Amino acid sequence: MTLLPVLILGARSDIGLAVAHRFAAAGHPIQLAARAPETLEADRADLALRHGVAVTLHTFDVLDTASHPGFVADLGTLPQIAVCAVGLMGDQAGSEADPAAAALVLRSNFEGPAAILGLLANRFEARGSGTIVGISSVAGNRGRATNYVYGSAKAGFTAWLSGLRNRLAKKGVNVLTVLPGFVATRMTAGLDLPAKLTAQPTEVAEAVFRAVTAGRSVIYVRPIWALIMTIIRNIPEPLFKRMKL
Amino acid sequence: MMLSGWGRYPRQDCRVSRPRDEAAVRAQVAKGGLIARGNGRAYGDSALSRANTVDMRGFDRMLGFDETTGQLVAESGVLLADVIRVFLPRGWFPFVTPGTKFVTLGGMIAADVHGKNHHCEGGFGGFVDWIDVMGPDGAVRRTLPGDDLFAWTVGGMGLTGVILRAAFRLRRVETGWIRQRTIPTANLADTLTAFQTHHDARYSVAWIDCLSRGADLGRSLLTLGDHADLDDLSAEQRKAPFAPPARRTLGMPLDAPGFLLNRHTVAAFNRAYYKRGLAAAGDALTGWDSYFYPLDAILGWNRIYGRRGFVQFQCALPLETSAAGLTDLLQTISATGLGSFLAVLKRLGPQGAGLSFPMEGHTLALDFPATPAALALLADLDRITLAHGGRFYLAKDSRLTPDMLRRTDPRVAAFRAMRDAAALPASFSSSQSERLYL
Ligand SMILES: Cc1cc2nc3c(=O)[nH]c(=O)nc-3n(C[C@H](O)[C@H](O)[C@H](O)COP(=O)(O)OP(=O)(O)OC[C@H]3O[C@@H](n4cnc5c(N)ncnc54)[C@H](O)[C@@H]3O)c2cc1C
Ligand SMILES: NC(=O)c1ccc[n+]([C@@H]2O[C@H](COP(=O)([O-])OP(=O)(O)OC[C@H]3O[C@@H](n4cnc5c(N)ncnc54)[C@H](OP(=O)(O)O)[C@@H]3O)[C@@H](O)[C@H]2O)c1
Repeated sequence: MTLLPVLILGARSDIGLAVAHRFAAAGHPIQLAARAPETLEADRADLALRHGVAVTLHTFDVLDTASHPGFVADLGTLPQIAVCAVGLMGDQAGSEADPAAAALVLRSNFEGPAAILGLLANRFEARGSGTIVGISSVAGNRGRATNYVYGSAKAGFTAWLSGLRNRLAKKGVNVLTVLPGFVATRMTAGLDLPAKLTAQPTEVAEAVFRAVTAGRSVIYVRPIWALIMTIIRNIPEPLFKRMKL
Repeated sequence: MMLSGWGRYPRQDCRVSRPRDEAAVRAQVAKGGLIARGNGRAYGDSALSRANTVDMRGFDRMLGFDETTGQLVAESGVLLADVIRVFLPRGWFPFVTPGTKFVTLGGMIAADVHGKNHHCEGGFGGFVDWIDVMGPDGAVRRTLPGDDLFAWTVGGMGLTGVILRAAFRLRRVETGWIRQRTIPTANLADTLTAFQTHHDARYSVAWIDCLSRGADLGRSLLTLGDHADLDDLSAEQRKAPFAPPARRTLGMPLDAPGFLLNRHTVAAFNRAYYKRGLAAAGDALTGWDSYFYPLDAILGWNRIYGRRGFVQFQCALPLETSAAGLTDLLQTISATGLGSFLAVLKRLGPQGAGLSFPMEGHTLALDFPATPAALALLADLDRITLAHGGRFYLAKDSRLTPDMLRRTDPRVAAFRAMRDAAALPASFSSSQSERLYL
């Protein structure tokens, strides 16, 4: 049986690449989409050599929504699974000072991913099969002073994925929301993250692979994060607003 | 962070970075005092620099493979284990492999590693077609066999620059099985004769019971091997010729307390191992993993020596003095009763270029706990090696003196002169190169 491709949006991300390796190991061809795809040449060769699958590179900018229909048409084969790893942490202080900076974070984490996944979802719906994977974040579970611009964009994205799942559940299309806690990637390089709470990109990839295979809806990568976020969500507002988080 | 080699001795507080791209390596080179680090399987301080240790494991991509020549192009941090996992099922195996598969391509080049086939096929460097090396100016040069830079980089212990990527060749194999023959020998003379008799065997290695004494001194189990062909397999095995039964790996979660390793436990281990070998003597078919990498089945076995760590003594002796030199070494070791779990004897072929360790003759390797008594014994072994015209393997060393090294290996002075002329010492140095003035 020949498997259909897995599309990775934001393929320069460590999480995105790890997910690509996991699906390639299972025999899927891989479509890597990123802003500067030529920088992914070594990764393309590596994926193809290690797993013996076809790997293609595609130019993709999540903010350039006008280009998205052409991007999907140029993929050649409509993927079986589309994984969106695009994200922009931004700088909270910068976002507070400059609305344009805040807008970039909001658009990169919510508007852009929703635009491209919405297009793909319609195509999957028409075909009657496929899986949409959105990498959102626990940061979206409750807004905190230190990163609420990023957090609110992820909250929007999480709600959007939930609605999409609801809409497509009867159409043969599954939507998986991934809520990683801390992950050791380029995004968090230099931050002092607690080891017990920090996942490796390969761990995220394995969790995504299993969840897709099992048709799950929402996953936290390390289970401890479900507990942590339940606690954080349940802190009463009068107390929460005084906390430094 | 605290860092060490595989022997966990010495441990040093090193500044470590893990670059993701060439530009990041270049920025580290500019700071000076840099040593590249692969998977940390060298035993001592070869891959330690307090000022600037650069972990190359982020460079782990395979870049191209030529089905007609077996040439693999890969980044230097690619693990040999991954190369085998990917290419053995397609009928390819490395020409030369050390006794662990958890080494990087960069580490194999920098130490010019040898396998059980050095006597007939030479070292790893002989199968390398080119190397991309980043020099002190941050520029990347592709160096080929025949170049000076190539000769000094193979076996150069990371001291000529940072290896970024390289091309090396794999051999065609029909199966993942090894035809193995185990021959018990009675004493050292018998062992050396058996090596000579079986000089045409592709792979050969002897495990010496280094607690044996008197007439038994040097009694060994000599293991010969070669890649099995399809015809050697049973009908059942032929269905999946590259998939010998998977081995279970065990972890060593804790440091063993030091007292576990004393003359009685070691003697018991040696006896048990020897007896088991005797029982298994003869011909057998065995999987590639258990044949080449028996120790890899116990992940983290270096912890068996406890927190104080351990050292490995590995020397090479010329053919003419092998018998006398090995007798001297083994007598000295067995007299102290400090013998190790692992005493390995191999036949070596002709010497390679640069600082490459092997020389025509034999190489002996043994582990010792890093205790004062063992360190004193090792200094005696150094003197015996010197007296018999031998030399030492830098990838195993953590305690040689610069004087002893120079007296055993005149090439070291030429290496240092080359480094000085190219202004390399300020840019590339390890704790080992500082200790030994490399
Ligand atoms: C169980 C065991 C069995 C072994 N058996 C053998 C054997 O049979 N034969 C043998 O020859 N050796 C053997 N070794 C030694 C081992 O093969 C070498 O020490 C090898 O160099 C380790 O590779 P590494 O990637 O771990 O390198 P490290 O230990 O990290 O580094 C070793 C040296 O390579 C240099 N280096 C690493 N990467 C680069 C790079 N990218 N650019 C420049 N320099 C670099 C380092 O500076 C250092 O000098 C064995 C080791 C163990 C633990
Ligand atoms: N690391 C964590 O702790 C963590 C925790 C929770 C959730 N996440 C989420 O996990 C996902 C992957 O992140 P990561 O940790 O792997 O970090 P990363 O390496 O920074 O990945 C983010 C990727 O998004 C891409 N991107 C940003 N803007 C883009 C645009 N306009 N068009 C196309 N691509 C764009 C980036 O591409 P370029 O390479 O071109 O810049 C980058 O590759 C993100 O959604 C992130 O929010 C991460």
